[in-house]
Amino acid sequence: MLPDYIYIMFFLALGIGFVGSAFAVSWVLRPKVPENAVKNAPYECGEVVKGTSRVQFNVRYYLFALIFVVFDVEILFITPWAVVFRQMGMIAYIEMLIFILILALGLGYAWKKGALEWQ
Amino acid sequence: MMNLLIGGISVVGFISLSAMFLIWLERKISAHIQNRMGPMICGWHGSLQSIADSLKLLLKENIVPSGADKLVWSLAPFFVTVPVVMAFLTVPFSKTLIVRDLNVGILYVASITSICVLGIFMAGWGSNNKYSLLGGMRSAAQIISYEVPLLLSIVLVVMEAGTLSMQGIVQAQEQGWYVLKPNLAFAFLIYLISSTAEVNRVPFDIPEAESELGAGYHTEYTGMKFAMFFVAEYTNLVVVSAIATTLFLGGWQGPLLPGLFWFLIKVYGLVCLSMWVRWTLPRVRMDQMMTFAWKVLTPLSILNLLVSGWWMVR
Repeated sequence: MLPDYIYIMFFLALGIGFVGSAFAVSWVLRPKVPENAVKNAPYECGEVVKGTSRVQFNVRYYLFALIFVVFDVEILFITPWAVVFRQMGMIAYIEMLIFILILALGLGYAWKKGALEWQ
Repeated sequence: MMNLLIGGISVVGFISLSAMFLIWLERKISAHIQNRMGPMICGWHGSLQSIADSLKLLLKENIVPSGADKLVWSLAPFFVTVPVVMAFLTVPFSKTLIVRDLNVGILYVASITSICVLGIFMAGWGSNNKYSLLGGMRSAAQIISYEVPLLLSIVLVVMEAGTLSMQGIVQAQEQGWYVLKPNLAFAFLIYLISSTAEVNRVPFDIPEAESELGAGYHTEYTGMKFAMFFVAEYTNLVVVSAIATTLFLGGWQGPLLPGLFWFLIKVYGLVCLSMWVRWTLPRVRMDQMMTFAWKVLTPLSILNLLVSGWWMVR
């Protein structure tokens, strides 16, 4: 039996091979047509392109990303707990209850502060 | 070693066939819901339409938009499609048809598929197109927001089964599917809603809202690169349905028919449900969508976790 990581690496190579071979076949078959500035311009529904699109963005997106990181780490901690939860019983439950309640408090704080509003 | 090679080749074959079939199916279902015929020319009821389309996409020229971040732009299709292929490593098609039953199965699938958002954002950022950037930004915000209730409902199943292995979870449902237990039925509902958002489908398709953003993050892609986004989108739909089947609907278990058939019936049943929803419901607004994730689904799934945890240890 091969170790699990060999399987994961093989599937990584398989995925890259799948996409790469599709691109390679298309590279061989597709027409090479000369480029021009109008064709290469970003699509803006036929209007002349105005400025760059790398502009300042709404800060809301970053706020949600920050809240997400907190909850993602929470789930990372919960997962091993969930596996052994049945064997450990009440003590495990109460410990996780305290942990989740602290995080719920954080969510409540963000809610109260208006971080969850989208304007 | 043979097992690995055969598994890999069948997974790639399955992904290509299933994506082509689902694109055709979606077009037919949408057509019949709207009282149209849909594709009818190529083959019986247009059944060869997807093959014709993929041949056409194979022959399209490659246009790199001016001002694009070329490296990021060309790597994005890889970041979108490769994780979806990798997720199939541990999907249990039947009792024996599984490439590798990883002991961290469900955690592996959940973490691998969340790489897709990186690819979508790279596509949006790299294109130097305002619609793409908006689509990528929205998609990132949406996927990370719905990831939280999605993972919390998966955790509930892990608590019930006491294992992360996909086969282990299926075997734990020998006595009855998890969807039949009230707390897990609720988790299933949350999972269905958030997985719809995870794969950017209606009613949560604002990242690629046609009427406001062109095609969203893949507006600037042509030919095979565009096709890869499509393959990833439909295969992602299969992956989330396969996870739902494994976690809540008893996986490959069922009477009479072999396991593979039961698994595929359940998976494609869920896919059809998602298509039905897509052509029935209108799109939600950005603020409604974010509010729903953080103020409704996340508190509800935390509550569900705490209450059913108490129920189990009581």
